[in-house]
Amino acid sequence: MAGFFSRLKQGLSRSSERLNSVFVKRLLDDDTLEELEDELIAADLGPAVAERIITKFRETSFGQNVTSEEIRATLAHEISHVLEPVAVPFTPDPEKKPHVVLVVGVNGTGKTTTIGKMAHQYRQEGKSVTLVAGDTFRAAAVEQLQVWGERVGAPVIAGKQGGDAAGLAYDGLKRATEEKTDVLLVDTAGRLHNKNALMEELAKIIRVMKKFDDTAPHSVLLVLDATTGQNAIEQVRVFQELVNVSGLIVTKLDGSARGGIVVALAEKFKLPVHMVGVGEKAEDLRPFSAQDYARGLVGEAATP
Amino acid sequence: MSKVFEGLSRGGKLSESDVSEAMREVRLAMLEADVALPVVRSFVKNVKERAVGGEVLDDVSPGQAVAKIVNDALIEALGGAGVVPLNLSAPAPIPFLMVGLQGAGKTTTSGKLALRLAGRDRKKVLLASLDVQRPAAQLQLQQLAEQVGQQTEGRVTSLAIVDGQQPVEIARRAMETGRREGYDVVVLDTAGRLAIDEALMDEVRQVRDATSPAETLLVVDAMTGQDAVNTAQAFKDQIGITGVVMSRMDGDARGGAALSMKAVTGAPIKFTGSGEKVSALEEFHPERVAGRILGLGDVAGLVEKA
Ligand SMILES: Nc1nc2c(ncn2[C@@H]2O[C@H](COP(=O)(O)OP(=O)(O)OP(=O)(O)O)[C@@H](O)[C@H]2O)c(=O)[nH]1
Ligand SMILES: Nc1nc2c(ncn2[C@@H]2O[C@H](COP(=O)(O)OP(=O)(O)OP(=O)(O)O)[C@@H](O)[C@H]2O)c(=O)[nH]1
Ligand SMILES: [Mg+2]
Ligand SMILES: [Mg+2]
Repeated sequence: MAGFFSRLKQGLSRSSERLNSVFVKRLLDDDTLEELEDELIAADLGPAVAERIITKFRETSFGQNVTSEEIRATLAHEISHVLEPVAVPFTPDPEKKPHVVLVVGVNGTGKTTTIGKMAHQYRQEGKSVTLVAGDTFRAAAVEQLQVWGERVGAPVIAGKQGGDAAGLAYDGLKRATEEKTDVLLVDTAGRLHNKNALMEELAKIIRVMKKFDDTAPHSVLLVLDATTGQNAIEQVRVFQELVNVSGLIVTKLDGSARGGIVVALAEKFKLPVHMVGVGEKAEDLRPFSAQDYARGLVGEAATP
Repeated sequence: MSKVFEGLSRGGKLSESDVSEAMREVRLAMLEADVALPVVRSFVKNVKERAVGGEVLDDVSPGQAVAKIVNDALIEALGGAGVVPLNLSAPAPIPFLMVGLQGAGKTTTSGKLALRLAGRDRKKVLLASLDVQRPAAQLQLQQLAEQVGQQTEGRVTSLAIVDGQQPVEIARRAMETGRREGYDVVVLDTAGRLAIDEALMDEVRQVRDATSPAETLLVVDAMTGQDAVNTAQAFKDQIGITGVVMSRMDGDARGGAALSMKAVTGAPIKFTGSGEKVSALEEFHPERVAGRILGLGDVAGLVEKA
């Protein structure tokens, strides 16, 4: 099984080749810094954050005669400094039966798949898991989650297409509580954060669950696609405001996108980043590592 | 943005410094809109060359003049005015191939295209899912086909699902069924794939070779960031693209990926997705997207004058 680092590495090799040509220069001068800044922009950090990182980097390293590896390592260190505080692992609270996790996000980011992966992980740890097919809107969304349920050995609470997601979540919570299930994972339909009616529907799911247990949901996880650019900032802002997001998950890091927007998110919102998705299979979920992520962003992963 | 344009000094010709200052802001606006860096670079360079020394009419400020040049250049770079229609001139059944990254909106867009073709063009459309990767993917397309079929007097159906069949076989069976049952168009929906996944890119190449699609449409999420250029380049080089569909334009992303896509593939952007419903497909209007990318909605009137 490929590790987080090497999966990341495959996706990064293209961009890192370009970075390498930057790093052969020995003197850290204005030109080199500008090229580095451009590379960070090309990794989706955004122009403002890229500039800030490079400015700090300039303070520590400008004018030095350094090897390419040193530049890379220092820059990665600078970035991992930003990411370190948000690298918080996700562990369901064993005291809670169930620990209720609501999974939200815009369309197609990987919510349902991530629920399948999380369920797989907790099942492997010997925990009992129940899934709620809260996407009653999209074609075959229920069946998609049911396949995951069968794969990992977790019952799926499902209603009919077009049904009320909040009611379903309530039923799921009631049943999981009666059965003393360890973890309840609630899937929701993808929704764009700028659509008020859909966001209100999400708030309703939470309200209705609270009628059964006013501490639920215990976690609200926002799933972000690593391919997403600057719009991720708006996504986090609105979801956090309306449904009190407790943590982030970044998917599709096995691709060529480097997910640099996470640096901007870490600076701005300081929300925990719990895990990353690195493929479509059940085992393709990793804890978020600030160091690995930062190295990936500056292309350090590409050197053997 | 508009303030920058307004702030430029008045005079007869656009000076180098007038233009440079404005273009620095344009560069930033484009990067914030997720236009890929190399695309921004070449755009800014071209517009600079075009603008410096240009005449400024008496009743407009240099700022307005630059704004107009930028806006016009952006519309042109996005493909210019006028909609590029789907290629329906091949002999029936006409194969369309839908490709793109995971979760981009291919399956939904397949349903939308079927509705459009069966509705306004009265075509008989067969939807075939070649997605053997994602759980319930074939069922998703089947349910969409049922939905669209009901809205079009049964002119849209989906290919029967045969468990265990591989994508190339499914594609052949779809074309075969299309011929035998008199379909006008066969839409081949494929599994999402990473541009760096050699095995899956090879698979879709085989599907292409087996079916010779009249359109190969790359479906791209409007929220895509800088990676748009890598995706565009890889799909263009390895499969060949005849058109692009930008999905999720109903969000509030600035949509700079549209420009990256057009710049790299050279293929026209044919449609935008504006919602999850099968009716939410629009023709692409470069002038609207240009304003959105520059964040210059408020400058439309200003540009009008210049
Ligand atoms: N390569 C890769 N693909 C992923 C990853 N996570 C999810 N996917 C794929 O992305 C696509 C969308 O995933 P879903 O789980 O259906 O996304 P969703 O957020 O539930 O989508 P909606 O419910 O339609 O909003 C599927 O093809 C998944 O297999 C990942 O980490 N890497
Ligand atoms: N808001 C909005 N949602 C869309 C649009 N197009 C697709 N979607 C949604 O995006 C999600 C993913 O769409 P799919 O059609 O399943 O994407 P796909 O490319 O087929 O995904 P894979 O087959 O897993 O690669 C679904 O929730 C769709 O409803 C659009 O234009 N606007
Ligand atoms: Mg889902
Ligand atoms: Mg699909």
